Amino acid sequence: MRNKAVFALIVAVIPACAGAALSNLPSLRLPLAATVSYAACAFFLAGICLRVLRWASIPVPFCIPTTCGQQKSLVWIRPDSLDNPSSGLGAAMRMGGETLFFRSLFRNTRCQVANTRAIFTESRWLWMGAIAFHWALLVIVLRHLRLFVQQVPASVLLLEKIDTLFQVGIPGVCISDLVLLAGLSFLLGRRFADPVLRYISLFSDYLALWLLAGVAATGLLMRHWSRVDVAGVKQFSLGLATFSPVLPHNLGSLFFAHLLLVCALVAYIPSSKLMHMAGVWLSPTRNLANNSRAVRHVNPWNQPVVTHTYAEWEAEYRDKLKEAGIPLEETDVEATYSN
Amino acid sequence: MRERVLIGTGLALFLALFTYPVWWAAASGTRAAAPQLQLPQHASACVAPASFMRASHMQLLSSWRNDAVRRGVHKFRSPDGRVYDVSLSGTCLGQCHSKAEFCDRCHAYSGVSTPSCWQCHNDPQLAARSIQ
Repeated sequence: MRNKAVFALIVAVIPACAGAALSNLPSLRLPLAATVSYAACAFFLAGICLRVLRWASIPVPFCIPTTCGQQKSLVWIRPDSLDNPSSGLGAAMRMGGETLFFRSLFRNTRCQVANTRAIFTESRWLWMGAIAFHWALLVIVLRHLRLFVQQVPASVLLLEKIDTLFQVGIPGVCISDLVLLAGLSFLLGRRFADPVLRYISLFSDYLALWLLAGVAATGLLMRHWSRVDVAGVKQFSLGLATFSPVLPHNLGSLFFAHLLLVCALVAYIPSSKLMHMAGVWLSPTRNLANNSRAVRHVNPWNQPVVTHTYAEWEAEYRDKLKEAGIPLEETDVEATYSN
Repeated sequence: MRERVLIGTGLALFLALFTYPVWWAAASGTRAAAPQLQLPQHASACVAPASFMRASHMQLLSSWRNDAVRRGVHKFRSPDGRVYDVSLSGTCLGQCHSKAEFCDRCHAYSGVSTPSCWQCHNDPQLAARSIQ
């Protein structure tokens, strides 16, 4: 099973090698780097829009939220308004908790068989690794805004300041980088360590993680080992943002490896499981309010069914039934009064 | 229908956020120009090659700090054999560069948070004395 991981690693190394090769082509560096960057961004944006619009066009007529608490019913039963939201606002709040804190993953359990009995135990490690990785990634992406925006926003500078709070080394080691590395190592390591997980892990599971690891590794090496002319990098990224690409000459192979790995990752997002960044918002089991009792949900695809109820049948054959002495469901009004 | 509006709004918000550098650059008239630095007029070479200094000056200054403060070494021999005083205030700022027109410009341009150097080397007199 491990060859899937190796194969994914080989695929993930390709953009890094391509970047390193690109840095040795002085005349082609700028056009290729700019083209690849724009293509990746276009692919990313178009892909995300397409997939979201396709999801949006799928009807969701049924009330199918997954719930973890008491539904709103009678006034004297206290509803769990967050885990079983009865209104749109409640659903939005639950979605907020899901996106920001991964609340459903926090309830993760692990099933073990002990003495022929299945035992479910709480398992928070995945939640820990996931939340560490995702928050660190957000902070790192936001920190990179300093390279793309002229007059760097004060909030971005403040974020960097907080991130390098410990002032270890020059340039300072970022807390988010360490947390990201720890999270990534855990997420990758658990796929290697757990035989069950190793069995169900796919090539795409490994590829996403290897690409992220490659981006992190090249970025960290650039910051703490080989160094890069940050002003030159900023000139390049500003050139991309203003659609007039320029490329200072002193950017090394590590920078191009980082750039192409990011491009590969960004272009890979729309066609991979990384689309959960948009998909989580469009999950009907998460974004609906549980109003299955308060509101009638009619299946719009119901075929019109021709029915013939017993009452109708009895009315139709009333005289014949009476003649044969068969007891009737609906008593004869006149007979009742005449008796 | 309500969902369509909600999803459309969310998607528009995402597009706006992702393209923030693009529309911000267009709105503020940003050009992809290198930072305008005031270079020293009378000195032709830095203590190390300019390409090295652009990427790694903080390493050099950090090793200078260690040399001067911890090892008591106060002279630096450059790769081309010249000898300089190990002093940010005296050599870099005193002889060649203005903090405001050189250091700060590039740091502000790249959004690199000001290092701890200035906690010691930032007295107003020095700022006034540094080469204009």
